[in-house]
Amino acid sequence: MSGANDPYDPKQVAALSQEALTSALEQGGAAFANAADLEQLAAVRPDHLGDRAPLLLARRELGALPPAARSDAGKRLNSVLGDLKAAYATRLTELEAERDARVLAEERVDVTLPWDRTPRGARHPLTTLTDRIADIFVGMGYEVAEGPELEAEWLNFDALNIGPDHPSRSMMDTFFVAPEDSGLVLRTHTSPVQARTMLDREPPVYVVAPGRVYRTDELDATHLPVFHQVEGLAVDRGLTMAHLRGTLDHLARQLFGAEARTRWRPHFFPFTEPSAEFDVWFPEHRDGPQWVEWGGCGMVNPRVLRACGIDPDVYSGFAFGMGIERALQFRSAVSDMHDIAEADIRFTSSFGVEQ
Amino acid sequence: MKVPVSWLSELVDLPAGISVAGLDDAFVRLGFEVEDVVRPPVTTGPLVVGRVLEIEELTCFKKPIRYCQVEVGEEASQGAGGRDVRGIVCGARNFAVGDLVVAALPGAVLPGDFAIAARKTYDHVSDGMICSVRELGIGEDHAGILVLGRDGFEPGTPAADVLGLDDVVFDLDVTPDRGYAMSMRGIARDLAGVLGVPWRDPADLTLPGWSGAPAWNVTVADPDRCDRFSMLALEGLDPTAPSPWALRRRLAQCGVRSISLAVDVTNYVMLELGQPMHAFDRDAVRGPITVRRATAGERLTTLDGADRALTGDDLLIADDSGPIGMAGVMGGASTEIGDATTAVLLEAAHWEQTGISRGVRRHRLPSEAGKRFERGTDPEVTVVALARAAALLVEHGGASVAGAPVDVDTRSARPLIALDAGLPGRIAGVAYSRAQVVEALEAIGAGVDGAGDTLRVTPPSWRGDLREPADLVEEVVRFRGFDEIPSILPTAPPGRGLTERQRRRRSIGRALADAGYVEAPAFPFLGVAQLDALGLAEDDERRRVNTVRNPLSEEAPALRTTLLPGLLASLARNLARGQRDVALFEHGAVFPGGERTAAPLPGVDRRPDDATLAALLGAVPSQPWHVAVALMGQREPRGWWGPGRPAEWADAVQAARTVAEAAGAELTVRAGETAPWHPGRCAELLVGDRVIGYAGELHPKVCETLGLPPRTSVMELDADALPSPAVPQAPSISTFPPVLIDLALVVADEVPAADVAEALRAGAGELLESLRLFDLYTGAPVPEGSRSLAYALTLRARDRTLTGEEATVVRDAAVAMAALRTGAQLRA
Repeated sequence: MSGANDPYDPKQVAALSQEALTSALEQGGAAFANAADLEQLAAVRPDHLGDRAPLLLARRELGALPPAARSDAGKRLNSVLGDLKAAYATRLTELEAERDARVLAEERVDVTLPWDRTPRGARHPLTTLTDRIADIFVGMGYEVAEGPELEAEWLNFDALNIGPDHPSRSMMDTFFVAPEDSGLVLRTHTSPVQARTMLDREPPVYVVAPGRVYRTDELDATHLPVFHQVEGLAVDRGLTMAHLRGTLDHLARQLFGAEARTRWRPHFFPFTEPSAEFDVWFPEHRDGPQWVEWGGCGMVNPRVLRACGIDPDVYSGFAFGMGIERALQFRSAVSDMHDIAEADIRFTSSFGVEQ
Repeated sequence: MKVPVSWLSELVDLPAGISVAGLDDAFVRLGFEVEDVVRPPVTTGPLVVGRVLEIEELTCFKKPIRYCQVEVGEEASQGAGGRDVRGIVCGARNFAVGDLVVAALPGAVLPGDFAIAARKTYDHVSDGMICSVRELGIGEDHAGILVLGRDGFEPGTPAADVLGLDDVVFDLDVTPDRGYAMSMRGIARDLAGVLGVPWRDPADLTLPGWSGAPAWNVTVADPDRCDRFSMLALEGLDPTAPSPWALRRRLAQCGVRSISLAVDVTNYVMLELGQPMHAFDRDAVRGPITVRRATAGERLTTLDGADRALTGDDLLIADDSGPIGMAGVMGGASTEIGDATTAVLLEAAHWEQTGISRGVRRHRLPSEAGKRFERGTDPEVTVVALARAAALLVEHGGASVAGAPVDVDTRSARPLIALDAGLPGRIAGVAYSRAQVVEALEAIGAGVDGAGDTLRVTPPSWRGDLREPADLVEEVVRFRGFDEIPSILPTAPPGRGLTERQRRRRSIGRALADAGYVEAPAFPFLGVAQLDALGLAEDDERRRVNTVRNPLSEEAPALRTTLLPGLLASLARNLARGQRDVALFEHGAVFPGGERTAAPLPGVDRRPDDATLAALLGAVPSQPWHVAVALMGQREPRGWWGPGRPAEWADAVQAARTVAEAAGAELTVRAGETAPWHPGRCAELLVGDRVIGYAGELHPKVCETLGLPPRTSVMELDADALPSPAVPQAPSISTFPPVLIDLALVVADEVPAADVAEALRAGAGELLESLRLFDLYTGAPVPEGSRSLAYALTLRARDRTLTGEEATVVRDAAVAMAALRTGAQLRA
């Protein structure tokens, strides 16, 4: 170590000689490169980059040099120090990458293991299909109307032009509610909702009424005593059968594909005139594309409009109805109605929460 | 209605070459659904008409056998005039020399692959077979062979034509508004109209010039129910005269059994013209006939032998002896024609439809006649039908008409219907011309006149259903065809979308499904046994049920007041099918019973007045929407992660919370006790102070009774009682750090955890952000009779970072409140 006032030749300061610097760099670089893991690297670091490392000690000598020599020596020292730090950083990155790779490899799991801890639930396909149909109509501006299943006989029959002695009153195989004069039945169709709607509000009316209905049929592969219908009713100025067809065709396309359409056959319903039954062209049928019987439709009988306080000379209306079980049956290839009614979780779960 | 094509082609000039499929399409276009197309059985080889020339009785066998010589046509080898006569053995005895029969010759194959060959039997070579109806596959009769009569056919005529073996029969479903189509006449008219071909009306016949006294003395005392009553008398009928084969064959094709000539003729005319008739044994009728209502206490033994009590609504044909027939429904036994009847009184009447309908239902006597009368017959053809039947009885039964017919006709003229010629087009959405409208109306037999756009339409006599313009519109559209109607989507005014209630039902269903429950809708019927199985008390509200008068099962006549019986039955059904870990839910209406007033039945010519409408709607009981779950077995399965977790009471309570959350409502829970729940494991579900349902474990006895595993748990609540959620208000989100505090409290066992949590919340005040029970511990060092509840509290201020001191103050306050309200002690 020299006194401050003495003129020095840096070459005389051995620690700052180029040889010493190069040697320190070589030794440090080799030590870093030879470190096998992060622990070894950390262990050799103080020897080469710590406070007592040769290069750091050499830096302390700079102050004793005359200005010109100091600048030169400083540049050389910094260059070597920078190279050594870079060598360290490179090795550190390498070793960290190795470690990370090793740890991740060790943490490997079998991703094919099942994780079905929470059991799967499901909504009944009748519910989800009903929702889907309702949504199609809501999309057209319809509202979803509801009515009670235990219904006034007048609304289920009389208001719909089905008089007390009308043959279709026995045809419909009604569940009558005790006592005999209760005036109540289990509704045989969702049509009383139409009557309620027309009694309740002024045209224009565009409603769709899905719901559960009852007929005295024994349960078998093709019949259910308790089933679901969806009915639609539109009452407005100037509605025609063409509008009815347009509506049913739209529904068919939404439910059964772009190729679907409807075909009509004349039929009889007391509450519509003219009346038709309609088939739907279902391209995806499991037995090949074909016409499938689906529902009934027609123009609301003026007698029904009058009973509900609507002037048939001003307004006309159309109505339609179809079975949801029926739609589910061919849309989802259900072969036995028992499956729809028996609440077996294997059946229902296969449909999931939405369909 | 069964329609043989051969019969149809006698009435309609069917287009040449029209196929069965073509006819099928035409019927469907007309609105007659084709239920079935019956094709005759297939017979091949020589099957001919034969004449029995000789009968040799063979008596040396166990049963009498006949060896017959049967002429079956010309013998080709012997040239013109030679006869081909075959010896045929036959076991039947219902024929005589000279009869025409059907002979199957060797080489013929009858239905059922029955090949005919010449073979030796009963010591004779039988060179063919004389056939019965059953062997020919055209009927069931096998009592004897088929006798075609004594003349009408040449021996050797191919029998297929005679038997109608190439004849297709359409079985059509006729809707109840189209009574006229329950006849060949009605079907033929419609078919000719839609095919655009000529036809012949079988009712269009010239009545004979009858003379003499009317057939009987008749009074119609109830012209409202009978506006035309006609009778004709015939004498000298040979009661043994058989019905001709052609007539029998047609009846068989139409599904009507052959009985005797007189009955067969009335049935035939009914099928042809749509007019049901009744034949009385004239000698059994005592004095003048009156058509009147029954009086109380009167009885009638009907043709089926049943002795029936009559009501004041029953319309009768009566004579001096009392009732001799139930008008339009069934005749009486006392005047039934029999084996010795030589004089008959034929009746053809027009009855009011709904009265017939009531009678048929009241006496459970559906019949071909009743079916036609309740749908409406043509009042114009009563006498025509009598004439047609009389002609057949004269021809085939040797009878002669006695005197003139009776015809009590009190009909009033039917009003004309004024039809705007543009209306059909406006309803259909198709531009029909005036001429097209007129053409269609004339095709159905209506009379049309009137100038300009208003048509005056005379509905045909057989169309009682045509009363309003709309009825005529339907006929026009039907005849023009539905295929002309274009497809146009109407524009509805903007709608309001789903209602709150509708959205809520969907949310509840989805939430439960997401929570692992499978929707299981059940039929809503139940019986006392199911309610007993739940252990309901005698005065339980759920025992007040509505009952169905005509249930499918006598065991389940009531409408459900709770969803549980159906849901538990579904659970048991799954269990029986091997599914042991099951969680189900159902949501739907229940039907609480109770005292009610009867719903009125107002008229339908106008809107009911407000009071009547209110009474009507008010008589319909409210039907609240319930939600229920039921679960058994493992709620979470065992797996590689460890053991499973059994379903328990807590799942049922949590399901209630899930439902409330999906509905956006606040639910509180407290201990309750009600059937069918385990008394110590039953939670009452409350909204405010109102109990809206229960959840928990089923009573062990109920599980046992229903065959369900122990610990089966259920929840049921009234979803309609959940209040509508208010519009949610956003919380203010503090960005300052929280202070997390865990604390454990020792409380007596009977203190509900909910009370402790509530006390902690109250004590902690507004700095408490959240609180959660994270552990429950019993056992040493916690003293007997107590348990340790461990809570994690998150404290946070809106405007600053909380200091340790502040947090300690909050914690102490919370613990103090818990101690005060519940006796909780901070666990050391």
